[in-house]
Amino acid sequence: MIPEFGNFALMLCLLLACMQVVIPIAGAQTGKLSWMHIARPTARVQFALILFAFGCLIYAFLTNDFSVRYVAMTSSRLLPIQYKVAAVWGGHEGSILLWLLMLTFWMTAVSIFSKHLPEATLARILGVMGFISLGFLLFILLTSNPFDRLIPAADDGQDLNPLLQDPGMVFHPPMLYMGYVGFSVAFAFAIAALLGGDLDAAWARWSRPWTTIAWVFLTVGICLGSAWAYYTLGWGGWWFWDPVENASFMPWLMGTALMHSLAVTEKRGGFKFWTVLLAIFAFSLSLLGTFLVRSGVLTSVHAFASDPKRGVFILMFLVVVIGGSLALFAWRAPKVGLGGRFSMISRESMLLSNNVLFAAAAGSVLLGTLYPLFLDSLGLGKISVGPPYFDTVFVPVMAPALFLMGIGPLARWKEASLPELAIRLRWAAAVSVVTALVLTLLTEHFSLVVAFGLLLAVWIIVTAGLNLWSRIRPLPDSPLHPVQRLRGLPSSYMGMLVAHIGVAVFIIGITMVKGYEVEKDVQMDFGDSVEIGPYAFKLKGVSAGNGPNYQFQRGDVDVMRKGEFIRNMAPEKRVYLVQRNPMTNAAIDTGLLRDLYVSLGEQVGDKTWTVRVYYKPFVDWIWGGCLMMAFGGMLALADKRYRISKRNDRSLPQAEELA
Amino acid sequence: MHLMKNVLLHHLKSFILGSLMVLVVSLPVAFAQEALPVGDEPMVQARMMRLATVLRCLVCQNQTIADSHADLAADLRRQIIELIHQGKTDDEIMDYMTARYGDFVLYRPPIKTSTLLLWFGPLLLVAMGGLTLYRSTQNRQREGADIAALTPEQKSLADQLLNRKSSKL
Amino acid sequence: MSRFWPLVIFAALVAFLYVGLHRDPHEVPSPLIGKPAPAFALTRLDDPSKTITRDQLLGRVYMLNVWASWCVSCRDEHPILVEYVRRNPVEIYGLDYKDTRPEALAWLDQLGNPYKAALFDSDGRVGIDYGVYGVPETFIIDKKGVVRFKQTGPINPEILNNTLAPMIQNLQKES
Repeated sequence: MIPEFGNFALMLCLLLACMQVVIPIAGAQTGKLSWMHIARPTARVQFALILFAFGCLIYAFLTNDFSVRYVAMTSSRLLPIQYKVAAVWGGHEGSILLWLLMLTFWMTAVSIFSKHLPEATLARILGVMGFISLGFLLFILLTSNPFDRLIPAADDGQDLNPLLQDPGMVFHPPMLYMGYVGFSVAFAFAIAALLGGDLDAAWARWSRPWTTIAWVFLTVGICLGSAWAYYTLGWGGWWFWDPVENASFMPWLMGTALMHSLAVTEKRGGFKFWTVLLAIFAFSLSLLGTFLVRSGVLTSVHAFASDPKRGVFILMFLVVVIGGSLALFAWRAPKVGLGGRFSMISRESMLLSNNVLFAAAAGSVLLGTLYPLFLDSLGLGKISVGPPYFDTVFVPVMAPALFLMGIGPLARWKEASLPELAIRLRWAAAVSVVTALVLTLLTEHFSLVVAFGLLLAVWIIVTAGLNLWSRIRPLPDSPLHPVQRLRGLPSSYMGMLVAHIGVAVFIIGITMVKGYEVEKDVQMDFGDSVEIGPYAFKLKGVSAGNGPNYQFQRGDVDVMRKGEFIRNMAPEKRVYLVQRNPMTNAAIDTGLLRDLYVSLGEQVGDKTWTVRVYYKPFVDWIWGGCLMMAFGGMLALADKRYRISKRNDRSLPQAEELA
Repeated sequence: MHLMKNVLLHHLKSFILGSLMVLVVSLPVAFAQEALPVGDEPMVQARMMRLATVLRCLVCQNQTIADSHADLAADLRRQIIELIHQGKTDDEIMDYMTARYGDFVLYRPPIKTSTLLLWFGPLLLVAMGGLTLYRSTQNRQREGADIAALTPEQKSLADQLLNRKSSKL
Repeated sequence: MSRFWPLVIFAALVAFLYVGLHRDPHEVPSPLIGKPAPAFALTRLDDPSKTITRDQLLGRVYMLNVWASWCVSCRDEHPILVEYVRRNPVEIYGLDYKDTRPEALAWLDQLGNPYKAALFDSDGRVGIDYGVYGVPETFIIDKKGVVRFKQTGPINPEILNNTLAPMIQNLQKES
């Protein structure tokens, strides 16, 4: 019964979505306030219905209802309870329901935090979001219904893919979806502004917090995914430029460009053309990613089971949403207007360069991801595009942006003086070069690539420090102490600094790991040791045992540093009872400056196993840097100006009196 | 003033270009290894793994033959070790693989006519972006007139509001 | 008119994606087409003392069918091959890939033997030379020993009648 209730909730939601699209937008076009007012309640009821449906699906999983086909495909009796819940979004149908849940959540949030928006604008925004939910509801009801029954019911399910039976599965998809579904808000704001013809600084100011928070979620989501791959795949990799990874990275790149572009539009009224386009691109890439991952056009370890029928549906939906928005843009672009003039060396030009570089980077990732498809469609053969391509191409495109990150915040708006900048920055440049060289020389062997990476990172940190100092240093005509001045700095500014330094930390992590990681893949008898630098790893034995729904073989490894025992590590190989694929669970010793990573290979003899041992310097700085970036975004959101609304409301009666 | 700006710009561009060129040139140098002595098992293994991380497992969903558990991947890893023992160079081993499985097996797409757009696309995108940047900084009709010089009345009003003595331009 | 570019590029993208939906990203075309079939010297499955080489097969058109007793979809394809050979003057040579002799012979006993000769590739090395990455696969080789076609996956009646049989007929007419 419960699954049928869930199904019914979806159908009801479809009806509401239709209403939400048609009535408010028509109301906005014709000025009928009562029609526009429908938007808020319909959005909130949609959320309630989807939440209910989601609850029904969770219920089906928790009660082992294998008469529901989706449950039978994704769960099993022995699956631990937290993974039964995570399994709800472990397969295609459930993940679309998660998409809808996030979308309706954002819709509701917009409907609540929008008292400062004109009714017509809000009506259009919710109308656009309603259109997206309409598409997804049709998709789920027509091609991917998680509530479809399996008759006769299965005795036990096919189990959740063992790779997904991990805490990562509980957090990574929801965070990720909050992120790229969250870009639908910026998208809706952009479309609403194009429809209404009122694209101005106010529009940018309203869009900014929504964009930032979606960006924060996406950053955390991607970070979690990468860290999860690192400890779960057994070979210490953390980014493979796999199509599904790229599908989440491209919106992130566009979203970053969008955030920076919105800043300019808000402060200077400029870049409107760019900002609207970026808002459309960011969400379009989210939708495109959804298509790529489920349609079967690309091969990926992460891809959902594919079905061309679903692919066609999503493609048609893409044509309507993306094609429609780009057509709207092309039509309304002349009315968008251009904004103030700025010179070749100015903060505007640097931010525009940033936009260009991030957009080009996203474009390059898209090019690489889709190129095999292009060639195949044209009958020009089949190629593979993998990490060697992306690594070669991505770094040169991003490097200038990282360099500009140091200069931009110091440059003046409209017209900056290059000589002045050069003077302010020359000692920062000198310090960066010297520090980078010294650091690289301190390590075992000099590498130009590492030196360059460190140079960029140090440059970012030094220029950030320079910027901060210029804001808090004691002034001749002011008695304020630097610490007092620090407290007075707006949190949006601190957010920028923290986020940029997070990027530097991230770069240090990548540079050091790629430059200096050591891998040893050896065959060991029980009692043998393998050494990396001052560390020695001794395989004492391998024992067998049982987990809740798997059998394992567990290695017993003692780790010594310069002869002294540090700790014991226990890498595992598991065979899950239902799917029977072998899985490696690496043992990791996490440290601030390095990770020690041990994973079991194959059993070669009675007391002999192959073992992979890694020394990975600074690898946790990669995820630490990402989290810093996200934290910076949160700081930016905490800025006082986003809490002005209450003050404004109180001041309204006063204004009325004056009038 | 303009001359100095142009000179500085030129130097800045050269520096950036130079750094990028150094980076691009040094990348292969940084990641290449010298030919390793054959018969030294851990070295052979390491070299095989290095090659295996850029070769695709054909039966898998986007994995290298280094990471894949599949039988074919194990067979190919074994084959690479044999080729290393036969004294083949890295290029020869790659040719061996592409002769049998085609370009699909390479994760680094070869540079051919059909992949020129792939390899130069990013550069093209940046160049187009640069063009956009250049055009947007040119003198164009902008909405709202540029603020021309203030009339004397406006100037004194401004000074009053700013509470400063009138200054000479 | 730069405002139209995004729309134009998107339209092109959609066109490619649409075509892509109907292609199989897993299918890998063979680089051997048009090239001489790689050399081999393998023992017969039924008689380890007898060896067959590629050169011995020159001068005739033949199918090289890669199969194994552990391969599930080979069972679907096999009767089609048995029938085809029964009615047509065509030679099929079997390449038993990574199998064991007793199991392979028992499999042929049970399902029929369409092969002029079955070759035993125990470690799969000849398979690697032919770019085999799955089972079953079938090659069509002409009189000059050049690979003319590769079928990836099991042969069904449609593929046989529409593609393979006509091609073999044409090749047999060549000198």
